[in-house]
Amino acid sequence: MTDYFVLAISCIFVNNILLAQFLGNCPFLGTSKKMETAAGMSMAVVFVLVMAGIITWITDTYLLKPLNIEFLRTLSFILVIASLVQFVEMFLKKSIPGLYAGLGIFLPLITTNCAVMGACLINIKEEYTFLQATVASFSYAIGFGLALVLFAGLRERINIARVPQPLQDTSLGLVTAGMIALSFYAFKGMV
Amino acid sequence: MTEALLFMLGLGGACGIVLSFASKIFHVYEDPRIALVEENLAGANCGGCGYAGCSAAAEAVVTGKALPSVCVISSAEGISNVAAVMGMDPGTAEAHQAYNMCEGGTRATDKYHYMGVTSCKAMAVVFGGKRDCHIGCVGLGDCVKACKFGAVTMGSDGHPMVDDNKCVGCGACQKACPKDIIEVKSMSEKLLKFNQKHDPLAPCAQTCPAEINIPMYINQIKAGDYLGAVQTIRMRNPLLLSCGRVCPHPCESECRRGIEDEPVSINQLKRFVADYEMFSGARIPIKCAPDTGKKVAVVGSGPSGLSCAYFLRRLGHEVSIFESMPKLGGMIRYGIPEYRLPDDVLDWEIEGILNLGIKSYNHVKFGVDFGLGSLMAAGYSAVFLGVGAWQDYELGIPGEHLEGCFTGIDMLSRRAGGEVLDLGKTAAVIGGGNTAVDCARTMLRLGLEKVYMVYRRTRKEMPANEVEIVASEEEGVEFVFLAAPTKVIGNDDDHVTHLEYLQMQLGEPDASGRRRPEPIEGSETLLEVDTIVTAIGQSPEASFKQDPHPRMAELELTRWNTIENNPETLQSTIPYVFTAGDAATGPSLVVDAIGGGRRAARSIDLFLKGKKVEPVIDSLQHRRIKESIFTTVKGITPRKRAKMPELPVDKRLDSFVEVDLVLPEDKALKEANRCLNCCRLCYNPDIKTA
Repeated sequence: MTDYFVLAISCIFVNNILLAQFLGNCPFLGTSKKMETAAGMSMAVVFVLVMAGIITWITDTYLLKPLNIEFLRTLSFILVIASLVQFVEMFLKKSIPGLYAGLGIFLPLITTNCAVMGACLINIKEEYTFLQATVASFSYAIGFGLALVLFAGLRERINIARVPQPLQDTSLGLVTAGMIALSFYAFKGMV
Repeated sequence: MTEALLFMLGLGGACGIVLSFASKIFHVYEDPRIALVEENLAGANCGGCGYAGCSAAAEAVVTGKALPSVCVISSAEGISNVAAVMGMDPGTAEAHQAYNMCEGGTRATDKYHYMGVTSCKAMAVVFGGKRDCHIGCVGLGDCVKACKFGAVTMGSDGHPMVDDNKCVGCGACQKACPKDIIEVKSMSEKLLKFNQKHDPLAPCAQTCPAEINIPMYINQIKAGDYLGAVQTIRMRNPLLLSCGRVCPHPCESECRRGIEDEPVSINQLKRFVADYEMFSGARIPIKCAPDTGKKVAVVGSGPSGLSCAYFLRRLGHEVSIFESMPKLGGMIRYGIPEYRLPDDVLDWEIEGILNLGIKSYNHVKFGVDFGLGSLMAAGYSAVFLGVGAWQDYELGIPGEHLEGCFTGIDMLSRRAGGEVLDLGKTAAVIGGGNTAVDCARTMLRLGLEKVYMVYRRTRKEMPANEVEIVASEEEGVEFVFLAAPTKVIGNDDDHVTHLEYLQMQLGEPDASGRRRPEPIEGSETLLEVDTIVTAIGQSPEASFKQDPHPRMAELELTRWNTIENNPETLQSTIPYVFTAGDAATGPSLVVDAIGGGRRAARSIDLFLKGKKVEPVIDSLQHRRIKESIFTTVKGITPRKRAKMPELPVDKRLDSFVEVDLVLPEDKALKEANRCLNCCRLCYNPDIKTA
């Protein structure tokens, strides 16, 4: 039990996918201008990353490893994740229209998100068990959401402040991201 | 290598098969029209329409949330294609435009910077937007930044200005503004705006029965934008030339400057800009909404009928006016003498209204020449009854039908229609209202040597406008106060020779607060006259009830012969018949009739669109916003109000030339600058929180 807790803490804070691994930078900068958008994006990532973590672990363990074709991992993961997202989108549209409307356009947006892909590949590299992989995926997604929402809050405040012309928008966004990353660096000693 | 290739093919195939099955199983029915509509949108996903991309916009069109013209960059062809898919008429889609609903006042010149904050939104976040006026513009330009089409700019007075040619009505500025200064509305919505209890209205604007935005047009005059002022007035009142001449301006009695000083001469300013337009030689073009294909019949072309027709036409309906007299104008043509409202001025004004595409049929009387049945058969979906109040009351004394006896409106309208009346040399007018004064002044101009006005109370109680009474005194009308006519005496030819009256004295005040006149017994006096005109009030003439159409029986009248209606919606007891003006209220002001015409137009518009005819929510209608009515005003240096230029008395009496003249430009500007711009104070940086 403690192991899983440590794993979760490490995935959320210490190895935060956005701020420590620097994966998924496009949605980090692209969807962080408004809190509303950031929250929607985070929800979608939690949803997709857990599903993707599970399905890629299964693909790797029961297809790639027995056939000795691990070199096709990246390629096949892309295919599997893309299909999965499409499938989930259709399923939600039919069965849970409320959730579909909530996640909106964010679902297809993260089909080829590097944060999702990266987390799945890390799961395999670290040789997690099925349960570990699931917990890790969920925690990475929570970490993603945490960072994104924090960042969006900051950007909303920055947006109403007077910022010199050359630093406006993305420039100051990147500087801010760097500073949050530094502060997240302090978590290194936790685990 | 082969192995890898086969594996990838297999995995791809498997995914493909699963997805294709899933698409069958999880298929959601989607209206095929959505795809068709989307094909005809611009496909730029610009978001200008306010929806998240073109497919969302297409869905909104199909579900009826948006109009076929939703796409702001689509061509006219695209719009008509979309309309064709939806089976709608592309013409009914009226363009929306942004406008600054805050007319601005004396805005604080310096901007307030809080830790470098320069956005309106931040201002509202930091201070909760509290400032002198709850709608006040902060002026930091969030709306300018929000506009993707470059249509919003910050004007020199620190308020946003919208370029109508560039604005596409997307609403981005409205969303960006934390103070709701910028609003996106169609012209129809703006035309049908009525004063509501929560509106920030100056006392004059609350009082005006036509609900004209008075501070706004005075501000425009101050800025030298006379034609802009004309357009502001025309949003509420199409008869500005007439009103500028004859309106007794109830607004001026509520003017806040009037508490400490003389009130602003609002009506003279209205007349100044109205005349400015007329003498400029060109009419300002008036826009109408796209045709709706609905037909409305307006019966009666008095101020209420003209106003109703004008607004209905601008809302896109097809309007026809039916008038029983030879010319249009109703009471303002036939009841108001030419020296107050010249015919050519009225003709010019009515021509402008008819130019919008309104048909008129003169010389046809409702209930006699045509009726509800023929109007319905001709395809009219609604009827506006503005027949006015043309039936003079009678005195009920012996001899009042002798030759030489006239009634007020009857005499005025016959004279205005060009009839030459034989009035002899001396005349007595009975009554103390505006009609009585009009009759007396008219007769002086017709060459009578002596005109008496016989009124049963004193000058103080006369209901006529003060300026009219003064003018009649100047022109030589002789007043006989405290006199109650008792008998008309005639000669052997049954022609009037004398009016016998009883002298009165004032007793106790009655219900209306005026002291009741009481007769002095045995004080009968004779007044030698050739003509007697009775002008003691009118009621609507109900000859339209003769219409044989079965539904006419449902039309109820009050005991004053006025048409029964819902006072808020002006709908009569027949759902498709609406009424306003004197026919509904009894004799009242021109400006009341104009306001009523617009209110009726709103109800008719709702009725034609198949909506429920409901009153305006929180409608202010004749009431005041209590907290805005002050008893004292600080810091006013009295400045004399502009005196109305008048024709000298010796030049008046030999013709019907207009007596009241228009203010010269410099005086008008001076007068406009006397306006306190009430309820228009904006953000004041010294008051941080209130």
